Amino acid sequence: MSICSKKRPSWRRAVRTLLLAAIMFAPLARAEAQTSSPAQATADPYAGLTSTDFDTIVAGVNQIALTGGARARTVLGALGNNDLYTWKYPRPDHGLFIHDPDTGAWTNARTGAAIATPPFMAIRKVIANDMVTGAIATAMGVLDLASPKSATRRAAAEAIFAAPAPATLPVVAQALAHETDPAVRKALTQAQAADELMTPSSSVATRLAAIHVIAARGDLTARNELASLSGQPKPVATAAAAAIAHIDFTLKLWNWLETAYYGISLGSVLLLAAAGLAITFGVMGVINMAHGEMVMIGAYVTFCVQQVFRAYAPGLFGTSVIVAIPAAFAVAGLIGILIERCMIRFLYGRPLETLLATWGLSLILQQATRTLFGAENQNVATPGWMSGYFMLGGLTITLNRLCIIIFAFAVVGGLMAVMRYTPLGLRMRAVTQNRRMAASMGIRTPWIDAMTFGLGSGIAGVAGVALSQIDNVSPNLGQNYIIDSFMVVVFGGVGNLWGTILAALTLGIVNKGLEPVAGAVLGKIVVLVLIILFIQRRPRGLFPVKGRAVET
Amino acid sequence: MTRLSLTLTPVVIIGVAIVLAVLNLATPTTSALHVSDFVVGLAGKYLCYAMLALAVDLVWGFAGILTLGHAAFFALGGYCMGMYLTREIGARGVYANANLPDFMIFIGWKQLPWYWHGFDFFPFAVVMALIVPAVLAAIFGFLAFRSRVGGVYLSIITQALTYALLLAFFRNDMGFGGNNGMTDFKDIAGFPLNRSTTTTALMVISALFTAAAFLFARWLVGSRYGKVLVAVRDAESRTRFLGYRPEYYKLVVWTLSAMIAGIGGALYVPQVGIINPSEFAPANSIEAVIWVAVGGRGTLSGAILGAVLVNFGKTVLTGALPGAWLYALGGLFILVTLFLPRGIMGTFTRRGAGAALPTAGEPQGLAAIDGASADLQEAGMHAAGADVEKTA
Amino acid sequence: MSIQPIGAASNDLLYLSGVNKTFDGFKAINNLSLTLAKGEMRAVIGPNGAGKSTMMDIITGKTRPDAGQVIFGAATDLTKLDEPSIAQLGIGRKFQKPTTFESHTVWDNLLLALAGNRGPWFTLRARPKASESEKIEALLTTIRLREHRHRLAANLSHGQKQWLEIGMLLAQDPQLLLVDEPVAGMTDAETEQTAHLLRDINRTRSVVVVEHDMAFVRALGVKVTVLHEGSVLSEGTLDHVSADPKVIDVYLGR
Repeated sequence: MSICSKKRPSWRRAVRTLLLAAIMFAPLARAEAQTSSPAQATADPYAGLTSTDFDTIVAGVNQIALTGGARARTVLGALGNNDLYTWKYPRPDHGLFIHDPDTGAWTNARTGAAIATPPFMAIRKVIANDMVTGAIATAMGVLDLASPKSATRRAAAEAIFAAPAPATLPVVAQALAHETDPAVRKALTQAQAADELMTPSSSVATRLAAIHVIAARGDLTARNELASLSGQPKPVATAAAAAIAHIDFTLKLWNWLETAYYGISLGSVLLLAAAGLAITFGVMGVINMAHGEMVMIGAYVTFCVQQVFRAYAPGLFGTSVIVAIPAAFAVAGLIGILIERCMIRFLYGRPLETLLATWGLSLILQQATRTLFGAENQNVATPGWMSGYFMLGGLTITLNRLCIIIFAFAVVGGLMAVMRYTPLGLRMRAVTQNRRMAASMGIRTPWIDAMTFGLGSGIAGVAGVALSQIDNVSPNLGQNYIIDSFMVVVFGGVGNLWGTILAALTLGIVNKGLEPVAGAVLGKIVVLVLIILFIQRRPRGLFPVKGRAVET
Repeated sequence: MTRLSLTLTPVVIIGVAIVLAVLNLATPTTSALHVSDFVVGLAGKYLCYAMLALAVDLVWGFAGILTLGHAAFFALGGYCMGMYLTREIGARGVYANANLPDFMIFIGWKQLPWYWHGFDFFPFAVVMALIVPAVLAAIFGFLAFRSRVGGVYLSIITQALTYALLLAFFRNDMGFGGNNGMTDFKDIAGFPLNRSTTTTALMVISALFTAAAFLFARWLVGSRYGKVLVAVRDAESRTRFLGYRPEYYKLVVWTLSAMIAGIGGALYVPQVGIINPSEFAPANSIEAVIWVAVGGRGTLSGAILGAVLVNFGKTVLTGALPGAWLYALGGLFILVTLFLPRGIMGTFTRRGAGAALPTAGEPQGLAAIDGASADLQEAGMHAAGADVEKTA
Repeated sequence: MSIQPIGAASNDLLYLSGVNKTFDGFKAINNLSLTLAKGEMRAVIGPNGAGKSTMMDIITGKTRPDAGQVIFGAATDLTKLDEPSIAQLGIGRKFQKPTTFESHTVWDNLLLALAGNRGPWFTLRARPKASESEKIEALLTTIRLREHRHRLAANLSHGQKQWLEIGMLLAQDPQLLLVDEPVAGMTDAETEQTAHLLRDINRTRSVVVVEHDMAFVRALGVKVTVLHEGSVLSEGTLDHVSADPKVIDVYLGR
């Protein structure tokens, strides 16, 4: 490749010229090469499109990419969208017309000039089959390689890499020689390597180097490219096989990481749902079957807050979720205190009765929600700053999931801090460890009971804010989490927040790990059965509260 | 009163069933005395629920095991009968295939899975309706009781059990009809299900089985075994120091109870004409517990009374005010546990106390607390133990 | 009643050696060794947290020791057995808080405690037997609850419950009785009767009594073992241990 040029536009022209030359000899072009003369093609790059032969159309597409000028993109786009027409019976002008389906306007494909509607009996659509569509994509890629935008150039290089053709090799090499953006250079290098592997005349050394470049890429496309080399001579095939093994390993690693990430994501949801229960059940020993409904209430508070923002401050809608957090905590917490004062305090020491009464309460809360809001799902929006995703290596990280993971740990961290460092936490621990002693030291134990239950319920409400972002907000929201929440708390060991964290993450990861093997439903069943068996082995969970108090 | 209810309850059940049957079959539809097939069908359904309630009462009222998964045994019995009824459809299905049920053809199965073999034979299905729940209960109970899982922990894992079964039966490839379950049954043992004689006969048979289950349960709790069971309920660790093994006592009653629930389910399915995974829903099991609580935990006639009363209320209320039923049911849970802990029979009969509940709510002092704290500490709930002291 | 001399090894009924048990860092039992002869009655005293209850738990199989031997009779290792097996071997236990079956009558409480087959299949088929009735009648006389036989245990007075529990213990026909604070909450008259009853029982069986009430221990007139911080501090007659400066230091002297 020895064509030199001093300025960018000129090398871009050169690229096109080169590509033209390459395409002339490309296998795809052979049919056309036999039937039409190069001179004619050069004179009118669009003539190929008027053919009824797909090979000829493909050649035409390639030519347009190189010499089509300013209209190339428009015409190729119209062809791809089935908006390009030509004469039903060939005429000397090789007429090509673009029909805009939206406006109904007709234009001359070559010039872009408006024309009268052609007699529709005399024209036909230029049909694009898969082969033609593929050629259009490559042609667009070639056009894009000359784009002033680096992102477009990079995407074009990627496209060539995904569908390498020896014909594009010179143009890629040429573009590479002048490219300065490192990311684009990398993509071009890979595209070049892919092209080299496809070119029959490449030497073994070139091929080995190319394999090296492609292997370094390490994704599934690279693997497919390398897999096509198994028929090649020995050193190449061996190198390709080794590279594939390497890629497979990398892919598996990313796969594991992805499973782990999904698992942590599910685990954080479980953790959120179970955090409040770890207080009411874990610390107080109250079996609150209406816990799920506290979560549901939190989600509905989010909905209400968003409605208020929609009505009065649509500009600040992005902050609605943040505002909903304290609101949900307050509402669910107050309802929790009310429940404790009106019902649960009469049932202390009778866990089975508590279970039944709170179950009844959960039915009432669900039905009340149905009466107030209706049974259908409510529309809770995700604010802009929480939507979207980014790539971390081979991982796609969605922002809302990431936010929930961070939020879950923040909530549990906050909860631990409250338990450990605040006067309320101190009193709570005192009351749960020795109620009579705490009472005799002047702690108002009934008040602490109410506060503790309110705290647990408030945390459940906060969990509802997070869950409203990933789950349907309906009166049944809580029911979906209640069994899982109890499983997490029991599995982790009652009264131990660290155990709850570990249990939630373990269950999340095991669940997601089983999904590819067993399917989502069977995976969940397996997890449930495993927990049932685990509890029977170790009735006190992963981290039992130890000591004499339990033994005697 | 206990003596009386011993003889009275089955007589009342069978008597009412016969009266309903006679009024249904022997009176013209125009007569004011005529009882419609619909009412007969409802009565049959209530009786099946009564069997489930008896099963729950045996383990909860007499052994102190609060089961939140007994509907699973009921549903398993129902599925066994459903499989028989499905096989009975034969070539009368949509696909007119005598060898494969419609839903299997629909999901592209070519032959009957092995576990469906034998279910075309009625006695086999009936025996399986007993054995399948019993085997599941025995395995689950053996694991749970041997490792001394008790109290709310046991309740939670029984709920997980029925939840896991719910998810499993939703799967099409389980071969039980998936989401839709089995329905469109034609006849049972040769009798068409849509005939009123069949409906009535099924109702009377349900009454006979309910009475039999009642007498069996009465005998069980009246035996020395039953006395040990109540002792285990009230002071489990004390029975251990006397040399009893509570785990085996619980296992026996748990398994027998699952079988009673299985019979109830097997009789339920031909009367309602459908069985699907929703029967496994945890809510169903908890609802069965409230029937027992309403009627009187630890009184067998109370369990039957509670099942019939609550379900009658459900029928009436869902017909009159559909939205109000869940409020009523939820309120029932709360009011009964707070204000009527002994239930109807326990409150209005003195010797409902024959199985008197130490946790019945009156300030019985230490007794009440001992029972509860033993319960809690078995489960390792040291934290809740502290709450117990508060009541003291 | 005089102190029985510690007999030869073959005469030992219960033999604890080097027993240790730690709860979460707290040494409840610390290298405890104790020997009880056949037919002996022993009083165990000690301040709160001395390990008395844990010792009972270890002997009855409720708690498994971390280390040490617990041998019953000729060569039965109790650390390998669970509560029901140990109970069936002939070790009965009375708890500090009277634990009876509240919703059963006095008669049924005794019936359930009566020695015999404990399996569910047996109890399912069991019918009342004349021999059982005779035994229960005799026990009712012993524990002075003849007139209360049809009352529910829940409705008995505290002292009556204590006695019912002792009656249940006797119904088990054990070789060894472990009795935890039998006179707590009893009137003086009841306490005296209980001491009398225990001495009666001791004619045919070995007894270990844990007690705080010094007057009661004196009334029993048996060898005393003082526990402190999980091991034996002193052993001998009540007068002997009362004079022991170590005992005075940790227990009596304060």
